[in-house]
Amino acid sequence: MARALDPFLRTDLLRFTTAGSVDDGKSTLIGRLLLDCRAVYEDHLAALAADSRRLNREVTDLALLTDGLKAEREQGITIDVAYRHFATPRRRFIIADTPGHEQYTRNMATGASTASLAVILVDARQGLLTQSRRHAFISVLLGIRHLVLAVNKMDLVDWSREVFERVRSEFATFAGRLGLHDIVCIPMSALLGDNVVTLSPHMSWYEGVPLVSHLESVPVAAAEANAPFRMPVQLVLRPTEGYRGLAGQLAGGRLRAGQQVLVQPAGHRATVRSIHVGERRVTEATPPSSISVELEEDLDVGRGALLTDPDSLARVTDRARAVLLWMSSTPLSKKTWLAKLGTRSVRCTVESLDCRIDPDTLATEEPGIPGLNWIGRVSVYFHEPVACDPYAHNRTTGSFVLIDPLANDTVAAGMILEDDGHIEGLGPARTSPSPTRLLTPEDSLVSPAERCALLGQRPVTLWLTGLSGSGKSTIAKALERRLTDSGHACYVLDGDNVRRGLNRDLGFSPAERTENIRRVAEVAALMNEAGLIVITAFISPYAEDRAQAARAIGASRFAEVFVDAPLPLCEARDPKGLYRKAREGRLQEFTGVSAPYESPTAPALRLDTSACSLADCVESIVSWLEARGYLGP
Amino acid sequence: MTRRPSHTHLDLLESESIHILREVVAEMEHPVMLYSVGKDSSVMVHLARKAFAPGRLPFPLLHVDTGMKFPEMYEFRDRFCREIGADLRVFRNEPAITAGTNPWDDGTIRCCAQLKTRALLEALAQGGFDAAMGGARREEERSRAKERVYSFRDVHGQWDPRNQRPELWSLYNGRHAPGESIRIFPLSNWTEFDIWLYIHRERIPVVPMYFARKRRMVLSQGRLIPVEKGTRLAPGQDPVEIMCRFRTLGCHPCTGAVPSTARTVPQILRELASVRYSERITRLIDHDQDSSMEQKKREGYF
Repeated sequence: MARALDPFLRTDLLRFTTAGSVDDGKSTLIGRLLLDCRAVYEDHLAALAADSRRLNREVTDLALLTDGLKAEREQGITIDVAYRHFATPRRRFIIADTPGHEQYTRNMATGASTASLAVILVDARQGLLTQSRRHAFISVLLGIRHLVLAVNKMDLVDWSREVFERVRSEFATFAGRLGLHDIVCIPMSALLGDNVVTLSPHMSWYEGVPLVSHLESVPVAAAEANAPFRMPVQLVLRPTEGYRGLAGQLAGGRLRAGQQVLVQPAGHRATVRSIHVGERRVTEATPPSSISVELEEDLDVGRGALLTDPDSLARVTDRARAVLLWMSSTPLSKKTWLAKLGTRSVRCTVESLDCRIDPDTLATEEPGIPGLNWIGRVSVYFHEPVACDPYAHNRTTGSFVLIDPLANDTVAAGMILEDDGHIEGLGPARTSPSPTRLLTPEDSLVSPAERCALLGQRPVTLWLTGLSGSGKSTIAKALERRLTDSGHACYVLDGDNVRRGLNRDLGFSPAERTENIRRVAEVAALMNEAGLIVITAFISPYAEDRAQAARAIGASRFAEVFVDAPLPLCEARDPKGLYRKAREGRLQEFTGVSAPYESPTAPALRLDTSACSLADCVESIVSWLEARGYLGP
Repeated sequence: MTRRPSHTHLDLLESESIHILREVVAEMEHPVMLYSVGKDSSVMVHLARKAFAPGRLPFPLLHVDTGMKFPEMYEFRDRFCREIGADLRVFRNEPAITAGTNPWDDGTIRCCAQLKTRALLEALAQGGFDAAMGGARREEERSRAKERVYSFRDVHGQWDPRNQRPELWSLYNGRHAPGESIRIFPLSNWTEFDIWLYIHRERIPVVPMYFARKRRMVLSQGRLIPVEKGTRLAPGQDPVEIMCRFRTLGCHPCTGAVPSTARTVPQILRELASVRYSERITRLIDHDQDSSMEQKKREGYF
């Protein structure tokens, strides 16, 4: 008896998607698949018949089987994605059954995101509709490589080969533009069951196989298995002293014990000591296995890290071109969003909109204001560097969703593009500001970790901000002395050394102050890249400029230090006689006198120089650095 | 068929479920796993043990007890939880149980609302749990086919099916405000057949009531209901000994059995391959009102 179960234990799984409305016969097709593969139980059928009677339908309506919500059954529409399950002796299937109308584009994309095949339904009498084109485009956009064109209702066109061929060639032209090669066209009648499970007796001219046979034979081996090794770390398992397992699901390639991996974006190299599936130790694993990996090296690796193949790294960047599908009724704005990429969550902003893509015609247009179901190409700016791949190479490491950090809703889905922003079926990206790239391990043969080890410290920028005369420069210089004395490589950036050279073209207007701070931040970021601890001493009166600096430098390397002293005290100190000049009107736009100072709302440190000695201020910064591990490798 | 795929459908379902369970533990603050003692719970706990091996389950198990489960279920629950060292929390709506709430006098709708839905919501609130994992499957019932893996619930534990968060790829959004919560369904894509096949492959222990033997039963509303301590018999209802088994386990007054001779897991699988009725037909509560399950879920039921 137990042996008889072996075939069931060997079946694999195909996820596919369908889209359309009742008119296309989509529900009839799914109903037919489920019925003929015996995935519908008699009590479900009885409920169906009862609903049909209650809703005054003439015959038992198979659509009622798939429309799970009361509102859907009453209105005769499909609103949301439904997942259906059936099996044949050869394969298990999961159907993501989605509505086809434009207003439900996001549901269509949801269904396609996990599918490897799409069944595009066409009514033989109508030919290709806008809706069928949209479904094909979204399927391909979401990474589906196998399409089935189901030319349905052949019984209503006298099983005509001509009609079928016309639809087929029309679709082939369209699909060719999408760069798709695996397209199978099947003439069928879902209502009568022709070419669904069994070959139709009415269309002897058809040389192919029925739909189910095709679904059973399409290769499902994940493309990810041949891609470079990738595993996003979900969490660290530390049940006992001796064991530290990085838990995650393989998203690409093959992992073997003894193999070298790189931890991105940090850039550490490591060797795999062991691989476990549950309690069972294995020598190798392939996607999509959920495993736990032990490394030889004792590294600080946690959730959000991406383990990759050192010979084929993921891209580490803070900017990416992406196709964005906007899924919220609140339009896209310049807000900060939370991006979820694999197991990593980072804040981000959508920097620029390249174009909108019309999913019905594949034309690119002016972007306009993205609202619900808008699809287009954008540039995303992640506030911390992320490790990712183009979506075309890896669906897991190339996809992300955007979440509204206040309302907590999922507002958009994104797919990362190649650097040139190319999308299959569309022209090249329009010109827009070329994305700047952060210096990362892939660009340099020296990793940040090596620099840390060499210098015995972790780089950071201490951003001192405060009124003129508050004590920024004095503290910066004393701190530089103190850190150097204790063996740390550091450098002060202040007005004296920056305005003389790099920024000598800049004055003191608000725009020039902003540019001054922007350049300082970029220099600080480079010095941090080189491994140095940077101390900046600029009034930097605008909160937005400081936030911009934090983004340029990276949140994990940026510490805002508020050097706080009351204005009268600063004015009394007046080390350079500037307040006097400003009061006499000889100095325009002077912070505190004739220009505003926006105090930090949540600085990493606040130093009150009216109450604290210089030595105390310096020591409190040093202990802050020590406590966070910046002064060690 | 001789070819053997590198990953069978069970491998894929297993990996997906483990990924979901790990996401919950990595991202949610106070997760809990709903443990109903049935076969789906057995599979879910087994997957969780694999997900966090070689460590223990990093969350407690919560059994919402109506006081009307079968004695075999209590016995299995206590032994199983002791063996795996699980932190089992049992919650009962004591005031309602003391007041004698039962399906015969109160009707199934009110009885379920009191002893299950209300008890569940209270247990979650009392434990401060913001994430509750349950073993529900999309295949079970048509409103469940529309459920997300991560299902958002408002401060009253209610589900709004018209306003669900889009869920693409395996990127789950568990963010919520204080008081709101997320229900998580790691077995979303499993079918009853998959569950039994996996129980067979992994040798997972289940309550013996799933296996056929002779039991004392009565026929009630077309269903085979077991005669337990406290079962009220209508005039003319005579208990008979019938060879049968349970496809699902719930409260004894509302859980029907099916005539069956399947005494082993492989025999159950063979029976399922030819069965013509869904598993939930044996549950009276799924049929007590129109769109029964959708309505219960909107109110906070799992």
